[in-house]
Amino acid sequence: MLVAKLVRSTVAHGRIKSINIDEASKVPGVYRIVTSEDIVKIIPHPYYGPAFHDQPILAIGKVHYVGEPVAAVLASDPHVAEEAARLIVVDYEELPAVFDEVEAQKSKIVVHEQLKPAGTFPDLKHLHGVRDTNVALDFQLKRGDADKAFAEADHVFEHTFRTQQVLHVPLEPYVSIAETNGTSMTIHTASQSPSFVRLEIARLLGWPENRVRVRVPFLGGGFGGKLYIKLEALVAALSLIVLRPVKISLTMEEQFYTLTKHASTFRIKSAVSKDGKVTGRECEVWWNGGAYADIGPRITQKSGFTAPGPYDIDNVKIDSYALYTNLPPAGALRGFGIPQLVWAYESHTDLIARALGVDPLDFRRKNILRDGRPQATGTVVKDMGAEACLERAAQLINWNTPFERGKGTIKRGRGIAVGFKASISPTTSIAVVNVAADGSCTLFCGTVDMGQGSDTAMAQLVAEVLNIPAEMVHVVHSNTDITPYDMATLGSRSTFHMGLAVKLAAEDAKAKLEAMAKEVGLPPGSNVPIRELFERKYKMQAGTVVGTGSYIPPYTSPDHSNGQSENVTPFWMVGATAVELEIDTETGHMRIERMINVADVGRSINPRIVETQLSGAAIMQLGFTTTEKMEFEAGQVTNASFADYKIPGILDLPGSMTNVVVDVNQHNGPFGAKGVGESGTSGVSPAIANAVEDAIGVRITSLPITPEKIYRAIRAAENEPLED
Amino acid sequence: MSTAKKTISFELNGRLVTADVAPHHTLVELLQNEFDLFGARESCAQGLCGCCTAVVNGKAVSGCLYLASFVDGATVQTVEGLSDGAKLDPVQEAFIEAGAFQCGFCTPGFILMTKQLLDAHPAPDDDQIRHYLAGNLCRCAAYPEIVRAVKVAASKRKNIAA
Repeated sequence: MLVAKLVRSTVAHGRIKSINIDEASKVPGVYRIVTSEDIVKIIPHPYYGPAFHDQPILAIGKVHYVGEPVAAVLASDPHVAEEAARLIVVDYEELPAVFDEVEAQKSKIVVHEQLKPAGTFPDLKHLHGVRDTNVALDFQLKRGDADKAFAEADHVFEHTFRTQQVLHVPLEPYVSIAETNGTSMTIHTASQSPSFVRLEIARLLGWPENRVRVRVPFLGGGFGGKLYIKLEALVAALSLIVLRPVKISLTMEEQFYTLTKHASTFRIKSAVSKDGKVTGRECEVWWNGGAYADIGPRITQKSGFTAPGPYDIDNVKIDSYALYTNLPPAGALRGFGIPQLVWAYESHTDLIARALGVDPLDFRRKNILRDGRPQATGTVVKDMGAEACLERAAQLINWNTPFERGKGTIKRGRGIAVGFKASISPTTSIAVVNVAADGSCTLFCGTVDMGQGSDTAMAQLVAEVLNIPAEMVHVVHSNTDITPYDMATLGSRSTFHMGLAVKLAAEDAKAKLEAMAKEVGLPPGSNVPIRELFERKYKMQAGTVVGTGSYIPPYTSPDHSNGQSENVTPFWMVGATAVELEIDTETGHMRIERMINVADVGRSINPRIVETQLSGAAIMQLGFTTTEKMEFEAGQVTNASFADYKIPGILDLPGSMTNVVVDVNQHNGPFGAKGVGESGTSGVSPAIANAVEDAIGVRITSLPITPEKIYRAIRAAENEPLED
Repeated sequence: MSTAKKTISFELNGRLVTADVAPHHTLVELLQNEFDLFGARESCAQGLCGCCTAVVNGKAVSGCLYLASFVDGATVQTVEGLSDGAKLDPVQEAFIEAGAFQCGFCTPGFILMTKQLLDAHPAPDDDQIRHYLAGNLCRCAAYPEIVRAVKVAASKRKNIAA
């Protein structure tokens, strides 16, 4: 097997003038050096992406961010490949670059000359061929008459909030292997979307899908990073060029050049009546998508339409822009854009309540979106537990009970926040259940277990339908030769979508078992064990019953002109967080003493796993809230290591954490369940900012909330600002 | 790059072994490439995350930084050596019972460090647990369950000793 090491761009935006591989080629042990010139010979149009076909397998002509792969060195020994890669000299003609998402909207510096929507999404087709813009998608929503609401409002509030670039950093960095004989190919990859990998590689190669086999083992974490195409197109191309197996495993540093979470700017404006009812809301959100679209345009729309929050507001106007910039590409990260939105709207909501002198919880109660009322898209919400989560979080933090406010230089405060999310729609899952002659079952499903416990949950669903122990169900991991299509493991969709497909497959198997029972002369409802059924029919331990299930939810695409849809999502997810914290006003240091996370996950399939998902998501979001930030200088990440990019460790936990769910039955979910992976992230950031203001009376409007930022805000509030 | 290799011998999980190593090879590379042991795995490559933890002469080291040639004549234990084949180590059992992992990538490192912690402090309190495990990172953030697992492991070991 050959290992590939990559040569990456050192400039944020530039034309490639030359690539000199002379010295590198002389390194003993180098097998081959590959640039885009070699790639285009086997793949004439080597651009990939889930929403736009904009990302080249290796840079062609231009580079668009620091860290973009330009060349690959192949060798049996990774150290040889690495040493040779360092000897490759790429000469660039540097071009001006744009980094800020708001600037990018109007900038004369254009990242891509032309937009290249993939064509798979009907609502992106109008963008085909659009030139000289960094706006990859402009999603608009209009409901009621926001202008009139503002004109008639008793109060108008407007704030702008920002979030920073962060990233997934699964501890298992991205890794893929391809092996091919030139006519078929197997890709072993750490991917959350094996079906998409097969489709996209087949499209790139011009092969039928059945000649590309994608296999996925357990993942060492994913969090939305390992979606769509990451290294798969490159290893596929390299293995085809050399006709040998090729592996790429990234280093931790290289993860920082691969995918980030969108930095964002959100301008939010509310019209409020004198009795504290929000009558209008205007949302303008800029998403910093980096150099390639990845799934950004979907985030812009699918999350964008929830920008006004889980509130009952008659007049809404949303503009949500996906922007190209010369930074590493941004994609989905545990929440699909939702944490950025909740950060803004729940900080804003708190600011309004405080300005009006109303209790922040009461203000939310007055405006919360309840079942039976239309959300901003016009879709009437059902089984959406925003109010229940809010009330439970408030109860668990003893919201109405006075508490110790701190002494001397230590100040204490409380904050609360609630956010919601629609499921990404419409997406398909298909499952197959095989029942063997001894009654044991094999489940073929493409959901990727990356630590969220999906294998367990899916096995439980089969076991429940067939009335057998969950241990009797074996879950086969993704191998696209045998596991049926699944859109991807993302967006907390698997429990619901794959869960329903699995349930349908198990029910199909059960119906066939019942037919078999009838065939062998058993009365209806007889409880003869499955193995006996097979024995009676086949006279020995033989045979298989195959059940299949396919699920795609009903869905109405939002109207392009106003974003309205009568059915925009099959279900809503909710997360609320309440915190109690203390701040040392002499240093700005913050200590979170209590954190309460409450979610509406429908009926839990596995309560213990649900609790750890909420806890894990909340701690991850705590990192994004307090310590994690990618630092850039001229587009170059300057802290691409755990030494300088601080993720939460065991010493960073809140003093106490409570993670609970509210009792909401999701009417159309499998046994009343829905997704859970992301809900714990929603409320964390704004709950902390709200508690900071409660403690010390200053408002932080950009993430992360660092001791320095708090201390600067304290000094600024005292009219003694620190110099920069 | 020097490719001159030297032959080393050492005790790996109770078995005497030999291997040819280059001067730049790390302990993780040695374990993975020569012995198919993948429990110690490289993640941050800077000795900051603990995923590559192996025990050399009774002391936990970062296998991504520890040079392979240094284990010449040493005893090396990896997570694969904890179980006797039939029965898991009490620490492993405790991690399963407490649900102290999600993706499991960091788990071998946490288990080896927990073993070392319990050797030094058979009944650790929360502060001791956190202090001892501060050098291991878990991106899934199963930390609350890990703290519980350490306590379960401590009581299991106490019961075995009793």
